[in-house]
Amino acid sequence: MKKYAVVTSISYPKKGAMGKTGSWRVFRPTLDKAKCVKCLRCWIYCPEGSIRREPDGSISIDYEYCKGCGICAKECAVKAITMKREDEHE
Amino acid sequence: MAIKDIPVEECMLQGNAACPGCPATMGLRLVLKALGKKTVMVIPACCTAVIESLYPHTSFDVPVMNIAFEAAAAGASGVEAALRKQGREDITVVAWAGDGGTYDIGLQALSGAFERGTNFIYICYNNQIYSNTGIQRSGATPYAAWTTTTVGGKAEFRKEMGEIVLAHHIPYAAQTCISYPEDVYAKVMKAKTIKGPKYIEILAPCPPGWRFSMDSTVEMGRLAVDCGAWAMWECENDVMTFSGKSKLLLEKKVPRKPVEDWIKHQGRFSHLFKPQRDEEKLKVIENHIDRTWERYRALYLQK
Ligand SMILES: Cc1ncc(C[n+]2csc(CCOP(=O)(O)OP(=O)(O)O)c2C)c(N)n1
Ligand code: SF4
Ligand code: SF4
Ligand code: SF4
Ligand SMILES: [Mg+2]
Repeated sequence: MKKYAVVTSISYPKKGAMGKTGSWRVFRPTLDKAKCVKCLRCWIYCPEGSIRREPDGSISIDYEYCKGCGICAKECAVKAITMKREDEHE
Repeated sequence: MAIKDIPVEECMLQGNAACPGCPATMGLRLVLKALGKKTVMVIPACCTAVIESLYPHTSFDVPVMNIAFEAAAAGASGVEAALRKQGREDITVVAWAGDGGTYDIGLQALSGAFERGTNFIYICYNNQIYSNTGIQRSGATPYAAWTTTTVGGKAEFRKEMGEIVLAHHIPYAAQTCISYPEDVYAKVMKAKTIKGPKYIEILAPCPPGWRFSMDSTVEMGRLAVDCGAWAMWECENDVMTFSGKSKLLLEKKVPRKPVEDWIKHQGRFSHLFKPQRDEEKLKVIENHIDRTWERYRALYLQK
């Protein structure tokens, strides 16, 4: 019996499959480490997975792909994250 | 389950095509954290097929099979059978589809897979619209909500998909919401351990579709639960248990928030407030939620 090769389009996993989405940002989340109580709410809610969990239990923000939605800032109960215009942050 | 105990590993890669504040990626991160790498996903036409991003790359670090809009559950049945034949029953097969792909066009394929007893998890992320094609009404769109096909507000009430699923008496069915990550995670983890068909529906408030600001996705989900417009529950072998705040509402241990607290933040309901308040429609929405909860109490409250 004749065998046919299955031909289909296959995509392979890649970080940044849509490019550096950090460039979409208008507002930048900025973390005040002194205020942070390490509750990890921002980490679990960030739709992009742009909040990093550090080995010491603290968090940091990865700006390469963060789209600037502001969910982390809004959900932080102690206001340790604030949104600043890209052209205004330090 | 505390947030800190949820695994760090990510199978949803950064830099994908989702809108900022997207509830689908929020849900996918949680689901894939619970299921891990030994997972095959079947995804029909929906926003998530776009979130996979551009060929020849994908933002999913697990195998995904894309399939026609109506066929998620049928495709998952095929994948499950193929893996079983190969002795790979260690792999979890998940169909992940939108509300359009579940309530409407995918319903018969879903019902068939449930009736056949297919061993898979079907997850519907419900953003209450066909959002990928630009915000058309679905069977999940609530009464009075604006969409591009219900310009004066939808005239019908949404269906209760969860209860249609319950009529199949599958081993596990649940409703949850992206605003409650521990609840989503726990329900997916439980579904993973059960053999046979499992259904999980996740309420997924969509900023561009519901017309609210992109930082408010989590808040919109929380308010939907608080005002009873969405119920979180799980049903294991026909035993129904309401979860979190929904349990307190069912048992009348907390007062239900007025639905206005939820809809006033959403542009899709703005015609109920401007140019003047549409008291009649606001009352219809409120009464419908009251009736729904009275029905839930009569059916599901353990005496
Ligand atoms: C048979 C068929 N009809 C219509 C379409 C166009 N289409 C693609 S995605 C979509 C809407 C999907 O809505 P839903 O399942 O709720 O997912 P969402 O986009 O909201 O994530 C439609 C109508 C299609 N791909 N196939
Ligand atoms: S939500 Fe706020 S307090 Fe919690 S970890 Fe994030 S920045 Fe810190
Ligand atoms: S602004 Fe949005 S994308 Fe950026 S870190 Fe915060 S939650 Fe994540
Ligand atoms: S339209 Fe809604 S569900 Fe679709 S990608 Fe955008 S935010 Fe996500
Ligand atoms: Mg949808």
